[in-house]
Amino acid sequence: MMQRFMPLIIFGLLVVLLAVGLTMDPRLVPSPLIGKPAPAFELPLLNGEGVFNSEELKGKITLLNVWASWCYACRQEHEVVKQLARSGMNIVGFNYKDKKQDAQQWLAQLGNPYQVVVADEDGRAAIDWGVYGAPETFLIDKDGIIRHKVIGPVSDQKNFDDLMAVVKEISGDNL
Amino acid sequence: MIPEIGLFALIIAFGIAIVQGVVPLVGAARNDATMISLARPAAWAQLLFVSIAYAALTHAFVVHDFSVLYVSRHSNLVQPLMYRISGVWGSHEGSMLLWALILSIWTTAVAIYSRGLPAALMARVLAVMGLISVGFYAFMLWTSNPFERIFPAPADGNALNPLLQDPGLAFHPPMLYMGYVGFSVAFAFAVAALLGGKLDATWARWSRPWTTVAWSFLTFGIALGSWWAYNELGWGGWWFWDPVENASFMPWLVGTALIHSLASTEKRGVFKSWTVLLAILAFSMSLLGTFIVRSGVLVSVHAFATDPSRGVFILIFLCIVIGSSLALYAWRSGSVVSTGRFTWFSRETALLLNNVILLTATTAVFVGTMYPLVVDALGIGKISVGRPYFDTMFALVSMPLILLLGIGPAMRWKSDNSQRIIKSLAIIFAASLSVGIMLPFVIDGVFNIATGLGLAGALWIAITTLQSLYHRIKTSSRLPLSFLGMILAHLGMAMFVAGVTMVMTYHQEKDVRLEPGATYELSGYEFKFIGVKNVDGPNYTAQEGHLEVRDQGEKIADLYPQKRAYSGMGSPMPMTEASVDTNMVRDLYAAMGEQLGDTAWSLRLYYKPMISWIWLGCLFMTVGGVLAVSDRRYRQKRS
Repeated sequence: MMQRFMPLIIFGLLVVLLAVGLTMDPRLVPSPLIGKPAPAFELPLLNGEGVFNSEELKGKITLLNVWASWCYACRQEHEVVKQLARSGMNIVGFNYKDKKQDAQQWLAQLGNPYQVVVADEDGRAAIDWGVYGAPETFLIDKDGIIRHKVIGPVSDQKNFDDLMAVVKEISGDNL
Repeated sequence: MIPEIGLFALIIAFGIAIVQGVVPLVGAARNDATMISLARPAAWAQLLFVSIAYAALTHAFVVHDFSVLYVSRHSNLVQPLMYRISGVWGSHEGSMLLWALILSIWTTAVAIYSRGLPAALMARVLAVMGLISVGFYAFMLWTSNPFERIFPAPADGNALNPLLQDPGLAFHPPMLYMGYVGFSVAFAFAVAALLGGKLDATWARWSRPWTTVAWSFLTFGIALGSWWAYNELGWGGWWFWDPVENASFMPWLVGTALIHSLASTEKRGVFKSWTVLLAILAFSMSLLGTFIVRSGVLVSVHAFATDPSRGVFILIFLCIVIGSSLALYAWRSGSVVSTGRFTWFSRETALLLNNVILLTATTAVFVGTMYPLVVDALGIGKISVGRPYFDTMFALVSMPLILLLGIGPAMRWKSDNSQRIIKSLAIIFAASLSVGIMLPFVIDGVFNIATGLGLAGALWIAITTLQSLYHRIKTSSRLPLSFLGMILAHLGMAMFVAGVTMVMTYHQEKDVRLEPGATYELSGYEFKFIGVKNVDGPNYTAQEGHLEVRDQGEKIADLYPQKRAYSGMGSPMPMTEASVDTNMVRDLYAAMGEQLGDTAWSLRLYYKPMISWIWLGCLFMTVGGVLAVSDRRYRQKRS
C-alpha cells in the first residue's frame, strides 16, 4: 500500500527542496564583506615554496579569483581572466579545495594569468571570505578593502560589465 | 506586423491547447463521442498555429527585425543565414517555442499513426499532451514572450553566443528536444491508461515504438552535444559532468530503463505498474532537466539565479504535471495485476536487474547534480560535486551492467536453466577476460587492471551479442528488424565502452611553446608548426595556425586550428576552433593557446586513441533504435 505512494512522497520532498533553492539567489546576496577589509590569511603558494600573506594584497587594485581544477565554469571564464591579466590587471589566484597536482596541471594546460596562486586545500581560509563555490572573484582596492564580488564566471556578460563598472569607478578615485 | 501575427498565433494555439486538453478528457469520462472526436482536429489546429508563430519568429531573425527584443539580443547584421535560423533556439524564449512546436509535432504524429487505438484511449492521450502544451504556452505568454518589442529598435543586434555558432551545436538542441519531448508520448499513454483503468499489455505495445524513437533522438542529441564540445571547446574532453549535460543524461538513463521494461511488459505482461512509473519518471526527468537548465542552474553551483519568476513558474508546472501523475499512479496502480509468471533465473529477472542498475545510475547522477542544492537549501554552505565522484560512481555501476548485458539477451523468457547459460557463456567470459587483461600489456608493455577490465567488458558485450545473432540466424529463418536493432545498439555499447577505456588510459596531451618551423613529437607523431596567419570569416576574424603532422617522416595531415574573435560581442571572448585529424584508431587534435612573443605560440596538442568509437557507438545505438521501430509488426498493428 505504502509503496505506491513512495514516488509521490519523494517528489514532494524534492519540490520543497527546489522551492527553497529558488528563494536563494546567490547573486542577490552580495557578500557582507563588501566595503570591509579583506579577511586575513596566510596560505602556501601553489607553485614552489613559501607562503603568501593577505597583507600583500594592499597597495594596488587586485582581483582575487577563486578557482579549482574540478570546476567547469572556471574553465569557461579562464580566457577572460587571462584577458584581464593581459590588460594589466593584478590577479591573485585562490585555488580552492583542490589537489596540488591537478591544479598545477590545469594551469600548465590552460595558461597561468595569476601574479601568484595560493592553495587553500581544506577550504578554511575560504570560509572567512564567504566563498560559496567556484568560481568567485573579489575586487580589492588599494587599501585592501573588498569592493565587489562576482559569483559565477566573469565571462558572463553581466558579471563582466558589473565588475568593469566598479573597476572603473575605483581606479577613478584612486588615480 | 509579422511578430504580432506570431504572438497572436501563439495565443490562439494556447486557446486550442486548452480545448484539446479538457474537452476530450471530459468526453472520455462521459463516453460522449462528439467530445472525443474533437481531440484529433484540435491537435492539427494547434500544430498549424504554433507553426505560424514559429515561422514568424524565424522570419524576424532572417530579415533582421531588431525591434523584436529577442532577435536584437541574439543576432546581428553580419550573422550568416544558417545561424540566424538556428538563432531562434539560441536562447530561452525561442527554445521554449521550439519545445512547444516539437510537442505539437509529436501530438499530431500520434493523431496520425495511432488510428487503430480505441477512441477513448486516443482522446485521453491527445488530451494529456494538450495539457502539457497548455503549460508551455502559458509559460511563454506570461514569463518569456519571444515576440516582445523594443522601442526604439537598435540599428544592430547583439550577436548569438559564439559558442553556438557551430553546425554541431546548431542542431544539437532540436535533436535533444525531440528526445525530451518524445518521452511525453509514453507519459501520455501511461496517464491515459491509468485514467481509463485499463493497464494491460496493449498500452505497452502502443507506447513502445514512440519511446524507442524518442530515445534514439535523445541518444543522437547527446552524442552530438558531446562531439561538439570536443571540437569546439578546445579542451579535448568529451563529457564534463556539467549540470546541463547531466540534465540530458538523466532522462536518457531512465528512458533506457523504460525501453527495456516496456519490452517485458509487452511480451510477458510483467512489471506493469513499474513500467507505468518509469514512463512517468522519464518524462519527469525531461521536465526537470528543462527546469535545471532554464531556471539558471547553468553554471556549476551557482544555481537558480537568472530569473526567479521563471523558476517559480516551472516549479509550479512541475508540481502539477509530475505531482498529479504520481498521485494518479498511487491511486490507480493498486488494481494492476501482473499476469506473467517467471522464475528467478529468466530474462525477466535480467531485465529487472538492468532497470535496477540504470536507476541506480540515475540516482547517482541525480544526487551529484542536486547535492550542491541540498547543501545550499539546508544552509550549510555551497559546494560542487566534481568529476571524481561521477567517474567513480560510473565505474562501479557499469561493471554489473556490462556483465548483465552479456547474459541477459542469451537468457530465455519465463525460466531458463542456469547450467545451459553457464555452458554457453563460460568460454566467452574466460576468453574476453583474459584477452582484455592482456591487451594493455600488448599495447604498451604495462599491465593495467582497470583498463584491462574495461576492454574485457567491451569484448564480452561484443562477442555475446554476436553469438546471440548467430544463434538467431541458425535457429530461425526470420530475422526481425527489432532484433537486429537490439544487436546493433548493444554492439554500439561495446564500442562506447572500448572507446572510453582507451581514451581514458592512453590519451596524451601536451602544451608546448613552438616557434614557426619548430617540431614537437607526441606519441610517435611529429607535429611541425608552420606559422599563423589571419583569416576573416563572415562575422569573425581569426588567427589560424598551420601544423603539419608526420608519421615516420611521411606527412599524414595538415591541421588548421583557429582562435576566433566574433564581432558584436561586448567582451571579445576569443573562441577556440580545434582542428582534428580523425580515423578509427586515433585522433590528432590541435588547439591554439596564447601568442607568446612575436612569432611563438603556445599550442595544445592531443593524441586521443579510438575516441571516435565513443560517438560511433552512440550512432550505432541510434540506428539500432530506428531499426527496431521500423519492424513490420508495428506497422501491421496500425492499419
